[in-house]
Amino acid sequence: MSQVSKSIAIELRGIEKSFGVTSVIRNVALSVAQGERHALIGPNGAGKSTLFNLISGYMKPTLGEVRLRDEVISGLPPYQINRRGLSRSFQVTNVFANMSVWENLRCAVLWSTGQRYAFWKNIDNLPEVRERTAKILVDINLTARRDVPAGLLTYAEQRALEIGITIAGGADVILLDEPTAGMSHAETERAVTLIRRLTEGRTLLIVEHDMSVVFGLADRISVLVYGQIIASGTPEEIRGDPKVREAYLGEEVV
Amino acid sequence: MSDLASTIAPPQPVAADRLKFYGLWIAVIVALLVMPKLFSSGGSLTTFSLIGISIIFALSYNILLGQTGMLSFGHAVYYGLGGFLAIHAINIVARNKLAIPLPLIPLIGGLTGLLFAALLGWVSTKRSGTAFAMISLGLAELVASSALILRTFFGGEAGVSANRTKVYRLFDWSFGPQIQIYYLVAAWTLLAIIAMYALTRTPLGRMCNAVRDNPERVQFVGYDPHMIRYLAFCFSGFFAGIAGALAAINFEIANSAYLGAVQSGTVLFATYIGGIGFFIGPIVGAIFVTLLSLGLSDLTPVWQLYFGLIFIAVVVFAPGGITGLLMMHRPLIRGGTLAQVLPSYAIAFVPTLAMVVGLMMVIETVVHYSVSHGNSPNIRAFGISFNAASPVTWALAAALILGGFYLARISWARVALAWDDALTQARGKGIAA
Repeated sequence: MSQVSKSIAIELRGIEKSFGVTSVIRNVALSVAQGERHALIGPNGAGKSTLFNLISGYMKPTLGEVRLRDEVISGLPPYQINRRGLSRSFQVTNVFANMSVWENLRCAVLWSTGQRYAFWKNIDNLPEVRERTAKILVDINLTARRDVPAGLLTYAEQRALEIGITIAGGADVILLDEPTAGMSHAETERAVTLIRRLTEGRTLLIVEHDMSVVFGLADRISVLVYGQIIASGTPEEIRGDPKVREAYLGEEVV
Repeated sequence: MSDLASTIAPPQPVAADRLKFYGLWIAVIVALLVMPKLFSSGGSLTTFSLIGISIIFALSYNILLGQTGMLSFGHAVYYGLGGFLAIHAINIVARNKLAIPLPLIPLIGGLTGLLFAALLGWVSTKRSGTAFAMISLGLAELVASSALILRTFFGGEAGVSANRTKVYRLFDWSFGPQIQIYYLVAAWTLLAIIAMYALTRTPLGRMCNAVRDNPERVQFVGYDPHMIRYLAFCFSGFFAGIAGALAAINFEIANSAYLGAVQSGTVLFATYIGGIGFFIGPIVGAIFVTLLSLGLSDLTPVWQLYFGLIFIAVVVFAPGGITGLLMMHRPLIRGGTLAQVLPSYAIAFVPTLAMVVGLMMVIETVVHYSVSHGNSPNIRAFGISFNAASPVTWALAAALILGGFYLARISWARVALAWDDALTQARGKGIAA
């Protein structure tokens, strides 16, 4: 277990989430090491997105705690968690539809460059903001679409923008929720290359349905079934785990 | 600046752009100075002053509605309180012979608006949408009814009056004549427009747009949407207070109508009719609505009815407002294909006008029988006399409405076709819509 020596980026301890009497997440413990690419897989309705919502502050856990590095973040509002260096994307594209690609990225850059709620600075005269926004724009290959309203982009472009907004603030822990959902094979390949490049040196927790993406990208994989993590390990360990094969993977990965 | 930002980022304005930008502002200043020379009657100076006040108020409202996506039904609270404080300030300054000249009084109104927005806004801006709208309505009712109860401050039904000429004078300006009030309002209007335009170009201004588009996502880029809405609300209250103070100076009185639902509704109408999607929209709307309400009230007793009909027409047929309608034509103008749609507009205009005239005849006739029943059936509306009792009038109105409606449908469908053609050709020339 080489992970022991590495410091831990995200740690979930005894996380429970229930809506009324329906228990969605049951006693989940999970830890992701600094710099690790960790995939979360599981059948539809297993609670993967709910788990993301709990980590990113969108929902509060009923029980248990989430730690970012050594700090407890469960209970904090999403923007506080984001400011501490954890950023997430959404499964359903969630951008600023009436604003241009440039403005979308610029909004995502503003807080991390210390602009806060400034109402005394001209936004076009902030070299650092321009610089960082331009860099992200190049990174996600949307330079040709700079001035197009985000709502008018193609689906794949919107997904790229979604990732761009997520990483723009420079967070070193990135949560991506099904970044390749609904993409063609070629688009998926491009997206994976993009994700691999953009999350270099950062910690990544990714929910993904495409098994080729998961096994190609992840250092470690956790399997969530009915709100419980039934296995956690390297791709090889997961591939060989009989419980996982039974519960979820079936013949697919053999 | 590195190579990356200079090649990838949107280009910074070059000298020509700057010249155009500052030239526009200078043109506005010149226009403001020339206007009273061209229209020097007291009536037109009062109209100009009212328009200026209305512009500040509508722009302040659009910080909420157009820029941050908050629909308020009670914006007159901050306008009215600014007005009352301004009147009290004038009286206090005059009584104690303080060295505060009249041109600074609007600042007191603005700070009052800011203070009350800061006090009342924290809770209401926690949510946008329906919750915010309902809270704004509740607060507006609360303040408007207090205005009638707290007589010492609000002066009850009669309101509070003041004499603006008794204030400390600077450069011997008495602010008695309307022309001096005009210059006072014009200067404040210009300052307020510049300040509110600058606000849209700041990090806060841009995050307001982000909150309007998607408050959920804003939380995941490090910003608290509540704080953004709250700050926008405070700015909005500040400028509304300035507008209210200028109104109080103009009329030398503040009464409960300043705070009321009608005032809140009027600013919503003006902003929306002008167009909430563009900075200039509320300015256009304020001019249009002020002129319309002054003009219509001379022509017909039910001018508010027409006002409401216009509002409904804008909401249904032109949700972008007057400015939105004009801006729609930008790609056609750039593509040089505007001339193709103008003939179809001219054709559609005739039956549409017929329908409107028919509707107006019906409205005026019905009003005549329900309001001034028993008088002579010969009535005058919009400067035209006709016999409300005559079957000819009724038949003509019906024919105009039905015929106009039928032909208008056909001709507007043709407008749409001509539009598609013109837009396709403009796009073919590489003009983005």
